Amino acid sequence: MIENKKSRNLLRLGVRRLVCLVCLGLVGALASATLVRFAPGYGVAERELDPRWSANSVEALRQKQALQQSLPSFYFHYLSALVHGDLGESDSLKRPVRELLRQRFPVTGNSVIRGLGLAWVAAALLASIGLSFRGWLFEASTTALNSLLLSLPSAVVAMLAVHLRAPVFFAIAIVVFPRLYSYVRNLLVRAYDQPHVLAARARGLGSSAILFRHVLPLAAPPLLALLGVSFAISFGAAIPIEALCDSPGLGQLAWHAALSRDLPLIVNVTLMVALVMLAANSLADFAGRTFAGSPS
Amino acid sequence: MTFLQKVAASILCAIFALMVLATFLLPAHYARQFRDIPNAGPSSGHPLGTDPLGRDFLARLLYGTRVSLLLAPAAALLSTLIAAVLGSVAGLLGGWFERIVLAATDLSLALPWLFLLLVVRAMLPLDVPPLVSVVIAFLMMGLLGWQASVRLICTAARGVRDSDFLLLARSSGCKPARLLVRHVAPNLRPLFYAQFFISIPLFILTEANLSILGLGVMEPMPSWGNLMRGFEDFSTLSANPWRLVPLVLLVIVVMCFQLVLPSQEVAQ
Repeated sequence: MIENKKSRNLLRLGVRRLVCLVCLGLVGALASATLVRFAPGYGVAERELDPRWSANSVEALRQKQALQQSLPSFYFHYLSALVHGDLGESDSLKRPVRELLRQRFPVTGNSVIRGLGLAWVAAALLASIGLSFRGWLFEASTTALNSLLLSLPSAVVAMLAVHLRAPVFFAIAIVVFPRLYSYVRNLLVRAYDQPHVLAARARGLGSSAILFRHVLPLAAPPLLALLGVSFAISFGAAIPIEALCDSPGLGQLAWHAALSRDLPLIVNVTLMVALVMLAANSLADFAGRTFAGSPS
Repeated sequence: MTFLQKVAASILCAIFALMVLATFLLPAHYARQFRDIPNAGPSSGHPLGTDPLGRDFLARLLYGTRVSLLLAPAAALLSTLIAAVLGSVAGLLGGWFERIVLAATDLSLALPWLFLLLVVRAMLPLDVPPLVSVVIAFLMMGLLGWQASVRLICTAARGVRDSDFLLLARSSGCKPARLLVRHVAPNLRPLFYAQFFISIPLFILTEANLSILGLGVMEPMPSWGNLMRGFEDFSTLSANPWRLVPLVLLVIVVMCFQLVLPSQEVAQ
């Protein structure tokens, strides 16, 4: 009976998250359309700049465009094109945005996933070692290293990666690691200080058994939530790293679009990243609640 | 205050004093070119040498420090003010307003911070005078950097909403605006301070990232970010290690800000 109620609540939560994702996607799409529509220079045809056209002709051209691009019809056309997967054409690269995204997303996805994996492994490993060696020297040295890495701009990390010929995912890991480590460490320490863990230690249970059987299950829900947040951090870090390391991913594309004021491109890249982030956060939250077994 | 926090605060005070006194300490204006000595090493006239355009590096560093260290707190103040107003009102009123504010916060938090800045920067003209680029960069950070703080302030304001003293004030006919200013805001003040101090290093780092990418403070106006653009050429950097001073200064300042803020306030 209780199990049924729990599964029903989880299902309801999942459906609510999905609806929320669709709604936020729609709001994001409309906001993107608004940005494109009201950006300076929107709707100015190149023909208007041709000196051979008379003032009357240019005016007629503008009126025709204005009629074609009234706000409701613009939103309708934008959303219907979006539903059909047509994201428009990049102003600067003169290529369909969809094609650019299809080419660039796997590059960034690969770097981000590998970078995140490396950062998580390093943070978890160091935090676990810290649980066994709770001396001031270890704590002071890891805190100093963490503070130093936190104080480095990701663009400087990217330049160092270029200089050392390190791969892009390694630079992403260096940026993400300090942001993860302090949280992971605090969560593990808090779980390790719980009375039941103390009791397990008093009964002589091995440190790895304590970690895997008692500490990790307790820290898992917030750690899973942190996994969702770390996706956003690593995608953010990907912009300067890919731009400076010359890696052809979404970050470099966004940077190029911003420099050339290619609004359709940057808005669609951002919309896509926002949807991926929302999906990752929702999945992490859902997994955390499922793991904790306490749906709200 | 611990010993380490006192040291960090002293270092910050020293750097701020240096920044304020920059005008009297400088050998030359930051944009003045000494065309006969480009890329010069340290000398008595130019203690940190000159850049490839012959401009005094120390002058550029001190002016850059002024730009970064005056405008990052200004942007942090703006973002904290926005977060304080939105978070307090949302927490106090609750209902649909709170839900809208939190949904907007969730939506913008889902977006990586730099992506958001790039979209807004792309909407604005790039070919602007250097002073305008400084204002744009920091105004953008101030206007867009409130999301994380709003959530915390809203949660804290929600806690205050149900307190006895607020119930008493409400029952004695206190109006919402007065409730907010006289009762809610003073109780949330430590949180506002904490959010303000947390935002400063974040904005300093963001400015550095944007300027290195060519989207922040424009030349010839110096900032820590655009002084670090030269790091792309590591061969000159290894020959002129004093060019690393902006990075060292940035790291010291950010670390000091991290140390100065007591951990209890961060935890709040």
